[in-house]
Amino acid sequence: MRFYEYESRAIVKRAGIPVTDYALARTAEEAREIAERIGGPVVIKSQVLSGGRMKAGGVRFADTPDEAADHAEAILALEIGGHMPRGVLVDPKAQVTQEYYAGVVWDGLRKRPVLIFSPVGGIDIEQVAAEQPEKVGRRHLSTIQPFSDFLAKEAIAETGVTGRSLTRITPILARLARLFLEHDMTLAEVNPLGELEDGSFVALDAHMDMENEARPRQRALLAELGVRDDETRQAREPTAFELAGEEVDAIDHRGVAGNVTEFDGDLGLVIGAGGGSLTLFDAVRAHGGRPANYCEIGGNPSVRKACGLAKLVLQKPGVDKIAVMMSIVSNTRVDIVARGVIKACLELGYEPAEKIAIFRIPGAWEDEGFKILERYGVEYCDRSVSMHEAARRAVEKIEGAGPPPDPAAMRQTSAEIGGQRDA
Amino acid sequence: MSILIDAETTFIVQGITGREAVNLTRECLDYGRGAKIVGGVTPGRLGRDVHGVPVFDTVAQAVRHHGGPIDGSVVTVPPAFTKDAVFEAIENGVKLIVIVTERIPRGDVAQMVELASLRGARIVGPNCLGIIVPDVIKMGGIGGPAKDAAKAYTPGPVGVISRSGGMTTEMSSTLTAAGLGQSTAVSIGGDAIIGSTYAEVMPLFEHDGQTEAIVIYTEPGGRMEAELARYVREESERRLPIVAFMAGRFMDEMPGMTFGHAGTIVEGKEDTASEKIARLTSAGITVADEISQIPDLVRQGLGAAV
Repeated sequence: MRFYEYESRAIVKRAGIPVTDYALARTAEEAREIAERIGGPVVIKSQVLSGGRMKAGGVRFADTPDEAADHAEAILALEIGGHMPRGVLVDPKAQVTQEYYAGVVWDGLRKRPVLIFSPVGGIDIEQVAAEQPEKVGRRHLSTIQPFSDFLAKEAIAETGVTGRSLTRITPILARLARLFLEHDMTLAEVNPLGELEDGSFVALDAHMDMENEARPRQRALLAELGVRDDETRQAREPTAFELAGEEVDAIDHRGVAGNVTEFDGDLGLVIGAGGGSLTLFDAVRAHGGRPANYCEIGGNPSVRKACGLAKLVLQKPGVDKIAVMMSIVSNTRVDIVARGVIKACLELGYEPAEKIAIFRIPGAWEDEGFKILERYGVEYCDRSVSMHEAARRAVEKIEGAGPPPDPAAMRQTSAEIGGQRDA
Repeated sequence: MSILIDAETTFIVQGITGREAVNLTRECLDYGRGAKIVGGVTPGRLGRDVHGVPVFDTVAQAVRHHGGPIDGSVVTVPPAFTKDAVFEAIENGVKLIVIVTERIPRGDVAQMVELASLRGARIVGPNCLGIIVPDVIKMGGIGGPAKDAAKAYTPGPVGVISRSGGMTTEMSSTLTAAGLGQSTAVSIGGDAIIGSTYAEVMPLFEHDGQTEAIVIYTEPGGRMEAELARYVREESERRLPIVAFMAGRFMDEMPGMTFGHAGTIVEGKEDTASEKIARLTSAGITVADEISQIPDLVRQGLGAAV
């Protein structure tokens, strides 16, 4: 889960890393007061979970409190990448002599966190790594042996930084490493880390990303930051349809019938499991189909849950038919899903044979499932029909199946959800 | 032959009294020549049994009861307790640990993997369904109940490696239907950090005399495919034909979103499906557009021999 910049800075600060005298403003008036207190030029920064703030006009400079208030008002009303800002950060404009980079991320191949440092900060570290590799120092961290500061020192020294800068940055980088390990971060980045005229260092911006799976055990930190349990912090805000999908999945604890994502097509999908859903979604699009949604069934959900999911998809505006498809199941029972989707059609007053374009779930309890489908005249197939072929049949049944998918329309649906680095 | 496990492999099930674990135990006992499940562990349940398998409080008790080292463990305990369970298995001499549990924080996975490598143990998973050697043994829920697993998997020359448990069975079933059996199928797990990546499983298949070709299932997210491409180009000791299937191509248009598995997310250019396809292809790996194409592509890789 991603943190807003103001939260990321608070995390850095509580770890003992120096920060500027910034504050968060929710209104233009608050921004003015903060600017007055700071008493000099300030930067007004939009607090959104979206990349490209600078480009979108979400970062502006102000010389006076009045100007700060004006900018804050404009930025507070500015939507960036489909998100409205939480507020604006009012930050003193620091007199920086040099910008550095300090970060910790996971290295999936080495299966360890890696500490990264560069004396070239303020820009994307991947760009620095590509253009000036000698300016990037790295050290992998053990997750079972205690962390020791020398690792930070080595990463810094490797880039040629020495003298007072080396000794002053070492504890900052070490604190960043410790907070990454202690708080289950997947990204902990201070960029830029600014060197001031007096030789001291201060975090000028911070990016933090915490692992979703660790939220339960990081409850204390999240409470301290005021992050509520219901804040998903996904790259895109969940739609009403997606929230309804979460409710369906919460009906009971048996299996999964959820992970619903909204698209704007006409073919509703009741699909599973993890890899199967990815494969089937691609297959529908490859045959020119326009999915109305993505979802996942797995782990043998109850009839009620399967029914709830099918109903949700069937009722989505613009949905003509649903395709019920999975890769071969071994845990989920075919007959249970069959009963769920048929029940959904009947309860909504639809003819199952009419509304279910295809049912392709082979595997456990398939004979029982196929018997039920036969009774209602629903077209089904077993494992001898490939996932792609089943998807093709479903797409064919949609009236006036259009031309191949329009990537532009897709992009619009997915909104502007670029990376987290910006400004 | 096979990789990782064979008919003689002994293993325990940690968390054996959980609902899923009870089913999994039954399936493994029934499949092939019958798995040698020498014990189960659930703290506080010493003295009980699950389908005839004795239950212990600790792994040490299971080892003592068995009277010697135990080869493997299937770990299916809740995410908050998984790390401890895996540490316990490793410190009691278990060398192959299949972690079924999903939603384990990466920091815990990294610790388990690090300890395993210090002790010379191997982890498969987390978030995986395990390993199957057709008609011989399965370790984990892979393929489901014995009769369902028998429908999908048959012995043969193809090694299967997959980030998706379900798709391991779908692909194997497609191969089986086309007359191509499998030497061993490994569900390696769908998380961002896993114990055994493609490139780490490949050498085992290359040393296995039965295996003549490899089929892999892959997704966006992570750099495991890039690592495989590099391995094939630079380190491979016995070049086997590899056919890959890439799911989740639509995700390239949706950076930052997770679909399917925890590790499936496009965060940078290297994570994308299109980039991975390009990398795999440049290493001489054939990328199939549809599952149904896989058997023919494998046959082409094998030449006219099969």
